Amino acid sequence: MNMHMEHPELEYGKTVGNAFSADPKFSLRDVEVYYGDTQAIKGISLDIARNEVISFIGPSGCGKSTFLRCLNRMNDSIDICSVRGRLELDGRDLYDPKQDVVELRARVGMVFQKPNPFPKSIYDNVAYGPRIHGLANRKAELDEMVENSLRKAGLWNEVKDRLDRPATGLSGGQQQRLCIARTIAVSPEVVLMDEPCSALDPIATARIEELISELSENFTIIIVTHSMQQAARVSDRTAYFHLGHLVEVNETNKVFTAPEHSLTESYITGRFG
Amino acid sequence: MTTKQEQVYGDHISQQFNEDLSDLKSEFLRMGGLVESQLNDAVRALIDNDGHLAEKVRAGERVVDQLEMEIDEEAARIIVRRQPAARDLRLVVAVIKMVADLERVGDEAKKIAEFALSLSEEGRAPRGYVEVRYISNHVATMLHDALDAFARLDWELALRVMREDERVDEEYQAAARALLTFMMEDPRNISRCMAVMWVLRALERVGDHACNIAENVIFMVKGKDVRHTSVEEAEKLIHAKRK
Repeated sequence: MNMHMEHPELEYGKTVGNAFSADPKFSLRDVEVYYGDTQAIKGISLDIARNEVISFIGPSGCGKSTFLRCLNRMNDSIDICSVRGRLELDGRDLYDPKQDVVELRARVGMVFQKPNPFPKSIYDNVAYGPRIHGLANRKAELDEMVENSLRKAGLWNEVKDRLDRPATGLSGGQQQRLCIARTIAVSPEVVLMDEPCSALDPIATARIEELISELSENFTIIIVTHSMQQAARVSDRTAYFHLGHLVEVNETNKVFTAPEHSLTESYITGRFG
Repeated sequence: MTTKQEQVYGDHISQQFNEDLSDLKSEFLRMGGLVESQLNDAVRALIDNDGHLAEKVRAGERVVDQLEMEIDEEAARIIVRRQPAARDLRLVVAVIKMVADLERVGDEAKKIAEFALSLSEEGRAPRGYVEVRYISNHVATMLHDALDAFARLDWELALRVMREDERVDEEYQAAARALLTFMMEDPRNISRCMAVMWVLRALERVGDHACNIAENVIFMVKGKDVRHTSVEEAEKLIHAKRK
């Protein structure tokens, strides 16, 4: 008996739909993640295309955030967590011992559920990354980077007159856009977003979503969300996770009108919790 | 509501959502039943020369229109409140479209009733009623089957309705040719034959609407858009292996 069969419709390592790409940014094969003895990710294979927006959806505990965190090795900080399989970014092994994790995280930025600005000024929050990565030589250059990032994040007009004020004084939505500005200030290639709007009101959410579609011109964006409407609005493809399996990946429109897998359908139509 | 419908649409976490969808379906079927009897009455009024029945059809048209608006409103309400997805979304979208087809069938029935009224004033039945009876039976069966396919989520029956529509088109052509020969035989037949021609045209349109409903049932059940395809292509699409 296969010990991994928790559900009759789940098959280990099997995903329906359209999981592969001719020009992948990430190429992920047979990925398994363990927390101690517990297996959280069960043999997932997936390509993420260059400059696409892909949503990860699924019930709580399905492994979508764990999987997301593999992509910039955020799981490294958890002692009991081990990642297996082949994970490549632009054809290079992410988990190569020679891979510099700091450099990796500059290329693969991350925005979290709760905005987490540093207890510093607005300016310093955005300038932080370029400073530690030595991206700017002169003050004027740094100023330009800060302004560009804030503009791209759609925050510039709201904060340009108070750049020296503490970032913690901004509203939740502004803080989240500041965190996005901070992430994109180091010119990453990929932005990971872990429920970036769950603490925001609808207007702030709409701004972030608008931002996602603008950013997708230059970045690859992977977003974990509990809001199916959000996944439907912002992403090109949607991936449905269930109990550590990647059940289905398809064009977003297909997933929400005619999903192929019955578990995907049950979840998105509100048939199980 | 049938058991299969309950299995397919009745198992949401939200009981209210189940009820909303169930109401939408039963209202749609109620409208379908009404339109069916409008059509049958209109044809009977014509063939039996029954002016009273024709008047009844004319009056019934208002009820059909009212139902169309109510169902549309209910569908919009479900979209706003539930943001339906997948099969639920397909059901709501299909109902919105099928309601428009039903309403048009109602219009055609009213048109036929009006011809029945004007022809009844002229007295004796003109030539061509054999064809009217034949085609009207055919399209009434199609409409009935299309609604039945909806009620039972039977895509195979829906496919058969699509196939029947091709035959109705042929029958209409043949009937039109027959009427043309009656008109050539004796020009005094022309005005009445023209009226019958319009009735046949209306019936042929009913067949088209039944076919549209069937196509929407296939979309609802199988998630495949089979509009603007031949029946053979539609069949291929439905059976197409998922990648």
